[in-house]
Parts: sequence; structure tokens; C-alpha cells
Amino acid sequence: MSHISLQNLSVTFGAQKILNDITVDIPDSRITAIIGPSGCGKTTLLKSINRLLELNDDVTVNGDVLIDGTNIYDPKTDILLLRKKVGFMSQRPYPLPMSIYDNIAFGPRVHRLTDDQIISQIEGLKSSDVLHVDSIDKGKTMDMLVKCYLTLAGLWDEVKDRLHEPASRLSIGQQQRLALARALAVEPEVILADEPTSALDPISAQLIERQFRLLKKRYTIVVVTHILRQARRVADYVIFLYLGELVEHGEAEVFFSSPIDKRTRAYISGEIS
Amino acid sequence: MLSRQGEEKIFKGLMIVSLTFVMIILLGIIALVVTKGAPALNISMILETPKGGYYLGKEGGIANAIVGSIYLAFGASIIAILISLPVALSLQKEYTNKHMANFTRLILDVLWGTPSIVYGAFGFIVMVYFGLRASLLGGIVVLSLLMLPIMVRSMEEIIRMVPHELKEVSYALGTTKLETTIAVILKQSLPGIITAILLAFGRGIGDAASILFTAGYTDYIPKSLFDPVASLPLAVFFQISTPIPEVQQRAYASALILLFIVILVSVFSRIIGKRFSRNIVR
Repeated sequence: MSHISLQNLSVTFGAQKILNDITVDIPDSRITAIIGPSGCGKTTLLKSINRLLELNDDVTVNGDVLIDGTNIYDPKTDILLLRKKVGFMSQRPYPLPMSIYDNIAFGPRVHRLTDDQIISQIEGLKSSDVLHVDSIDKGKTMDMLVKCYLTLAGLWDEVKDRLHEPASRLSIGQQQRLALARALAVEPEVILADEPTSALDPISAQLIERQFRLLKKRYTIVVVTHILRQARRVADYVIFLYLGELVEHGEAEVFFSSPIDKRTRAYISGEIS
Repeated sequence: MLSRQGEEKIFKGLMIVSLTFVMIILLGIIALVVTKGAPALNISMILETPKGGYYLGKEGGIANAIVGSIYLAFGASIIAILISLPVALSLQKEYTNKHMANFTRLILDVLWGTPSIVYGAFGFIVMVYFGLRASLLGGIVVLSLLMLPIMVRSMEEIIRMVPHELKEVSYALGTTKLETTIAVILKQSLPGIITAILLAFGRGIGDAASILFTAGYTDYIPKSLFDPVASLPLAVFFQISTPIPEVQQRAYASALILLFIVILVSVFSRIIGKRFSRNIVR
């Protein structure tokens, strides 16, 4: 399992400082929620963990992000492998312009997984008790893999008869679960989710949260949310950001029951939001 | 003071007037070409090359110009696509910095506005330098140059509209820029790319000035890339400038055939485009 550690992380966009000197460890195999008011740097913090920030212009990142002890901002880091290891779900689900099946198979194909690698991936899922897998059919490994991840994301039963339809025809809630399955299919160790339920209806949102709770056995999950109640429901560990500063972090129970900083208290009590 | 509802009505009125104006002009041109050209249109017009005395109103057809225009326009489109697509993709911010991209856009916009006779003259000078005479190859190359700015700029505008978040989710899976470009960006912008190609194709097949010196004109269908080649716009031009009414009528018939080819190509590529765009994300 990955261990993520942020050390003195600062991020500036042009002249504007978004994150200021953040140092925090993110615990393994648990759900960590990054909370805080809008515009306080939650998404920036999240995207610094898989280097998606670099797609923007004028971004400067200072400090270190260590995953398994290696600094991902080291120029020698293989960014493709890093992003394979760290899955990502965006705020609004964006299905790739292809079929449901191809959305899931896209990642494994891009990383040129062999049949044997796919089989061992399925075996891994089988042994980790998050998923029940029937016997493995060696001729149709990709089909099996697609089925596994769609099942894992809680979408299989709804789409099994129309795998080759365009993914854009799914409802937005289904699309977000598809995004989860797609991210899982490249076998990440970490899942980053940027307000994954904010565009969804309550029932779809509940499904996503349920999948997260199920998946944390196998993955380290980091969720950005501005819904305090959601953080209370799903988080094991909480990081509270306010105006680019790390104000407080800790075990969810302790964090919510006895916050130390007065800004945290104000946020939890609803004085600021 | 005009009421806000009044403003709304005036603007609605203005829109209707301008739309009607555009439609009238378009329909007027089509009506002229059809009424004047249709009587002269017959099967030998399409299937035969000009016989002796054709330009005096005797037998023959313009198969040389139809085939010539198709060769020229398709040949030039293929070359232009092969060059434009990589250029349009490379203008994205992932590949080219902002200043360089803007400078390239400026150059393309200037090229877009350059009269096609200038392309013809440029092509002619280059061909003379290399000792080439007016030929199918020369025409295709010059026509592809004429199409380039139109294709690149329209493709690029479409490619820029691909949502940043869509690229982001693709990169987040550990894809390279190339993989994202081909599997996601190209697929997502395909219908727009087809429109860009059609725009350029329409401009290319209808242009006369650029191929006047470079492709030449002949009564025969070219047998090789180095033969001169006839074209529909020039066929229209030559026939309409004769004093003989029958020949002038054939000019309109030639224009009608040209219009028909453009419509046919447009409809076909839209049908094909639709098949490939069922997956795009709206």
C-alpha cells in the first residue's frame, strides 16, 4: 500500500499563492477527506498528488510529495507510472468518447497489459474479498476485467446488456461510477476524488460513498468535499484547509468531536462555510 | 426611450431581415444556375470530353473538367488534411507555447485572406524554377496550399473546444500526450474536423485563379500527374466568356455540376461523420 506524505508543499498560480507550506501524512487504506470552504485550495492539493496541476499554465510547485518514499516531483519520476498508481475522479464525470466497455479497457490497453498480467490482476481482486469472481476464462481476459471493475464500481448490473453503447448515454450518476471503474482498471493504489458526488442526485451519491467504503480495504482514498455531512459519513481522517493553509488534521472522530483551532470550530459549527 | 420589449422586437426583426437576405442571395444564385444550366445539361455533357467545335456550340461535354476538378480537389484535400491535422493538433497548449501558437494563427489568418491568384502566381514561379509545366501535380499542390489555412484554423478552433477536464481524466489514467490526442481529442472533435475539411474542400473545388497557371487547361482527361488538367471553375469561365449563347448556357450547366458535386460530398461526409461521432461527449 502507498504511503503519501506531503512536505512543505506550496503551490502558486502566476502570482497567486494557492497552497502555503502544507505538511501532512495521508494514512493508508482509509478514506481521507480534504474539507474547507470554496477556493481554499482543496482541489489544488488533490491534483498535486498525481501532478495533474502541470496541465495548467504558470503553476509552480515547491516542496515534496512522497509516495512510498519517492518524491514524485523528482525529474526522474516516470509521470505515466505515477498516474497509473494514483487514480483520479473529477468533479463532473467525463466519460471518454467511446463505448462503456472501451472506457474501462482504455487504461489497461494504453498500459499494454498482457493476458497474464490481466489474469493476475483478476486473481488479486478475487483474493482481496472485495469482489466475487467466477472461474477465469483465459480466452476473454479483457471481458473479464471489464466485468470485474464494473462490478467493483457497482455498475455492472445496470450496463451488462449494453456494454458497447456510447458511455455518454449513461445517466450522470452512472457516468461517475463508470469513472470510478475506469480509474480502478489501471490498478491504482490511491484514488483521488474531486467532489465526486457534487453533480449527482442523492441516490447516486450514496452509491458512490458506499463503493468508497467498500474499496478502502484495498485502496487509499482521498476525497475532496465541501459537504461537511459527507465528510462525517465517509471519512476516517480529515484534513481541513482554510485560505491555502493547513489548519488542522486528524482522525475523523477526534476532529469532529473536539476540534482545536477556532477556525475549525467555526467551520464545523457552520459559522463559516 | 424604447421599451425593453421594443428592443427585443427590433433585434428579432433585424435577424429575420438578415437571414432572409442571405437566403434570397443563395436561392437566387441556385435559381440562376438551374434555370440557365438545366436545359443544356444532358448525359453527353457529363460523359464526353469536348469534341472539335465544342466551344462553338457543337458536340461534346465537359468530362475533362469534371474528372479534373475531382482529381484536383480530392488530391489537394488529402495533402491538406495530412498537413493540417498535425499542425492543428500541435497548436494546443500542451505542445506549443502561447506566443508561438498565436503567431502561427496570425500567419494562417493572413494566408487565409490572400487572394488565390497570388497562390497561383507563387506556384507558377516555383514550378518554372523547377522546370515543371502546368500539370495535375502543380494544381494539386497549389490548391492544397490554398486549403491549408482554412483547414488548420477551423480544425484548431474545434480542437480547442475539447473540455480541459476531459483531457485531464485521460491524462490521469497515465496516458501520453499522443495517446490522449489520438484516442480522446481527435475522436471528440471529429465532427468539427469533418466540417473543417468540407469548408476547405468547397473553397478548393470552386477556385479558378490558383489553378489557372499551375494546372492549365486541356480537352483531355489527364493520364499522369504531369499532364495538364481541366477544371470546372475554369470551364465555367472559358465558356461564359464566349459570345455564343449555347456555350454560355453550358457554362451554367458546368456550374450546376460543380454545385452538385459539393452538395454530394457534403452530404456523404456528414453521414460518415455521424456514424463515427456517436460516442462523443456533449
